[in-house]
Amino acid sequence: MVSIGFFIYFAFAIVVLSLLVVTRRNPVHSVLWMLLLFFHIAGVYLFLNAEFMAAIQVIVYAGGILVLFLFVVLLMNLREELSIGKYTTFGPTGFTFALGLFVAVSMALSSFIAAPPGKYSIDLIKQETHVKALGKLLYTEFIYPFEIASLILLVAMIGAIVLAKRRLKS
Amino acid sequence: MANMELQWYHVLIPFLPLTGFIINILLGKEVTRYKAHWFAVSSVFGSWLCSLATLQDVLGGKIIDADLYTWILSGTFKVGVGFLIDPLTAVMLIVVTTCATLIHIYAIGYMHGDTGYYRFFSYLNLFTFCMLMLVMGNNFLQLYFGWEGVGLCSYFLIGYYFNKKSAADAGKKAFIVNRFGDFGFGIGVFMVFLTFGTLHYADVFANVSSIAGKTVNFLGLNVDLPTLIALLLFCGAVGKSAQIPLHVWLPDAMEGPTPVSALIHAATMVTAGVFLVARCNPIFNLSEIAMNTVAIIGALTMFFAATIAITQNDIKRIIAFSTCSHLGYMFLACGVGAYAAGIFHLYTHAFFKALLFLAAGSVIHAVHTNNIQFMGGLKKYMPITYAVFVIAGLSAGGFPGLSGFFSKDEIIWSAYASHSSVGKFVWILALAGAFFTPFYTFRLIFRTFFGEYRGGLEAEEAATHAHSSSHGSGHSSHGAGHDSHGSGHDPHGHDSSHGSGHDSHGGHGHGPHESPYIMTVPLMFLAVGAIAAGWVGIPPLLGGGNHFAHFLQPVVGHPEFHGTHAEEWGVMILSTTIALIGLGLAAFMYLRKTDLPERISKQFSLLYKILYNKYYVDEFYNLTIVQPTLKLANKVLVGFTDAKIIEGIVNGVPNLIGIFSQKLRRLQTGIAHHYAIFMAAGAVFIVALVILLS
Amino acid sequence: MAVPLSWYMLLSLAVFSIGVFGFLSRRNIIIMLMSIELMLNGVNINLIALSHYIQDLRGQILAFFVIAVAAAEAAIGLAIVIAMFRNRATAHVDEIKEMQG
Repeated sequence: MVSIGFFIYFAFAIVVLSLLVVTRRNPVHSVLWMLLLFFHIAGVYLFLNAEFMAAIQVIVYAGGILVLFLFVVLLMNLREELSIGKYTTFGPTGFTFALGLFVAVSMALSSFIAAPPGKYSIDLIKQETHVKALGKLLYTEFIYPFEIASLILLVAMIGAIVLAKRRLKS
Repeated sequence: MANMELQWYHVLIPFLPLTGFIINILLGKEVTRYKAHWFAVSSVFGSWLCSLATLQDVLGGKIIDADLYTWILSGTFKVGVGFLIDPLTAVMLIVVTTCATLIHIYAIGYMHGDTGYYRFFSYLNLFTFCMLMLVMGNNFLQLYFGWEGVGLCSYFLIGYYFNKKSAADAGKKAFIVNRFGDFGFGIGVFMVFLTFGTLHYADVFANVSSIAGKTVNFLGLNVDLPTLIALLLFCGAVGKSAQIPLHVWLPDAMEGPTPVSALIHAATMVTAGVFLVARCNPIFNLSEIAMNTVAIIGALTMFFAATIAITQNDIKRIIAFSTCSHLGYMFLACGVGAYAAGIFHLYTHAFFKALLFLAAGSVIHAVHTNNIQFMGGLKKYMPITYAVFVIAGLSAGGFPGLSGFFSKDEIIWSAYASHSSVGKFVWILALAGAFFTPFYTFRLIFRTFFGEYRGGLEAEEAATHAHSSSHGSGHSSHGAGHDSHGSGHDPHGHDSSHGSGHDSHGGHGHGPHESPYIMTVPLMFLAVGAIAAGWVGIPPLLGGGNHFAHFLQPVVGHPEFHGTHAEEWGVMILSTTIALIGLGLAAFMYLRKTDLPERISKQFSLLYKILYNKYYVDEFYNLTIVQPTLKLANKVLVGFTDAKIIEGIVNGVPNLIGIFSQKLRRLQTGIAHHYAIFMAAGAVFIVALVILLS
Repeated sequence: MAVPLSWYMLLSLAVFSIGVFGFLSRRNIIIMLMSIELMLNGVNINLIALSHYIQDLRGQILAFFVIAVAAAEAAIGLAIVIAMFRNRATAHVDEIKEMQG
């Protein structure tokens, strides 16, 4: 009963915070609401016995990506932003499609059949600790995707520098 | 006869000249240049040696029929590149390679210093290759390949001096006129395939008796199948061998350099038609109509060409009409069933006619004009050329003992003695031809070598200038037949190069003089051929064995003659007498009473005009075929088809695409949200589809 | 009583749809990028919930990679935003039509 109560709270908070993120006029507000949203999502992860993912969520998203967003928002002149409409002319269309997607997929949810359970039961993870189990998997079976992910991050880093750098006067 | 495997030297015969062609056409401009003849001559000489070895095989009673590789394989249609070497092929091989070798050597001297030297030799080599493929092929398609190949080379070489309009036009004319014949020939080959299901000679001729008497629906008419096939094939022969009504291209083809005239338009290519008829003799034998057509067309061409030749003034055109006329003899022989006699005449004719042309080339080389009115008296300047010219003339005229006598006599006797229903008619024409041939040949010789030298090029230019100033431009059409060698406005710089090669040239006070040895030695070899080549076919009547006919008998059979020895003697004496009368008349008119020809032409001015203008055939064709075709082309093709339909399609399709893309580019708004909405819509659509379908 | 899996899925779907709505309707490019992050988070919730319920860690591994790619995407996207803002002095997507055909 307790877990359901907590889930209802978290789910309600996440939906409300998401709506706040996409509807605030001021991007700074959006970013701050999003920070709160990510903490709630991390909380959901904790419910799901994914404490490492929860930690990553807080460190990477809240600590890294959102700070980046905040910096970019602060770099820009947003005075104009506050005086004109926040939605484009496609606002209603976007809403229709989003709602359509929600309805369509939620209709499909009823026919969802879960796969047979795998070997990583809750007891096993508890016995081995979550981080160790995940790390083993990541560095053995998923070593190549892991390396590729590192390469993607490297490229992103270089790309970001190249794109954002001022052109040198030749 | 025993079959034999294909040997390496058989394969080399055609492919050596091809190698020479490839080397010269690729490297000629930069590398081989004025040494192009090394490769050209040695390759042709090599294939001559291989031909001798092949002749040895065939004389030993062997026949080769082998495929080199499969060329086309489509369902039941299978054609290979293959060789059939039998006595007929062996004769043709010897004729082609011997003439080609001697003419190649001659061309070294004749073409000396020409800017297109390597080009000339590569085309000659290509021609030799195609001609050898033509005679060696073992199926109709390879024959057709060689046939078109020699036609193409003929076009290249007639238009060799392509900056001269008349030469370029002559090349086109030859090509287009040949298309008429080749169209029929092509359909003939189709008909052969449709009828027999194969194109290989051996299979076709083995089953040929099965089509005798069958009829087929052709253009809505029921016609006799063998007649149809034979006549269609003969269409090609008429075009290639310049027979009436497609003879008009051959005189114009004399625009090409003289070695080309000798090799292509006298010795080899034009005889391909005779070869075709002889090769397909099993088909022709089935149809009397086709045989009679061949005989009559041959006889008429022989007669008309000979009568034209007596009035012409261009040295090469006279010989060209003579070639037409002799080709008529060959067809006449084939038409009365005496294929061996036709091929025999082909063989001797190659020697004396090539010799006539090359000697004429030697004369042109010396006096720089083609017009015999401005020659004369060359006997003392050019003794070797004079000697070989007379030998060739005697041989062509059928003087007893020389090559031409035996072959021509064989034909005339065959025409008389054959069972052919038109035999007697063509026999009379053949006798008439026997009179005209020595007459026009010796008219040419007497006008060229006897009397006083009449000035060569300078005299001619002076005459044309005077003429054109007094008569305006109305006279230019028949004076245009110069070999480019003689033309003073030659774009290739012939005259200067020749002048530097031999210190005194042309008519600059020293008179003309003899050609270099590189040209005269091949003439002497050919003269030996013109004298002695016919000795392999001396008839039994004169103590010979007629070995030539026996050699060819396995391929072309031997006609049954009805006639006594006395008749044969009579015919021979009659034709010889007629020939000698012709010779004597020429001597009388052009040596004794030199004003007589002028008076005769005045007296019979209408006849003279008709003959001089070649029976107005060119004008007739111009009026009935060329002009309507041009009009049709300009009005319908250029004005409507090209402007409306072709350009409509060519411009319309891009315009349509342009209009469509103008509409389509509206989709590319450049606004990111549009793309995003399309994407989301796609996602919703796919999800909805999955849900609805599951 | 445990929370049913479908609740988590519905939650993730809701977050994803809100992200889609934000991406399609907002004119500020920074909010659009944040909407993308929302969508990715919605997917992550789904992945981790499934990973828990069917007892397979591979779902979390996938979520892990999604976070890595999201970080890269945010870095590149924001660099583009900066470059764009520097050149055009605007963060509004509907004012940029250079790609119009």
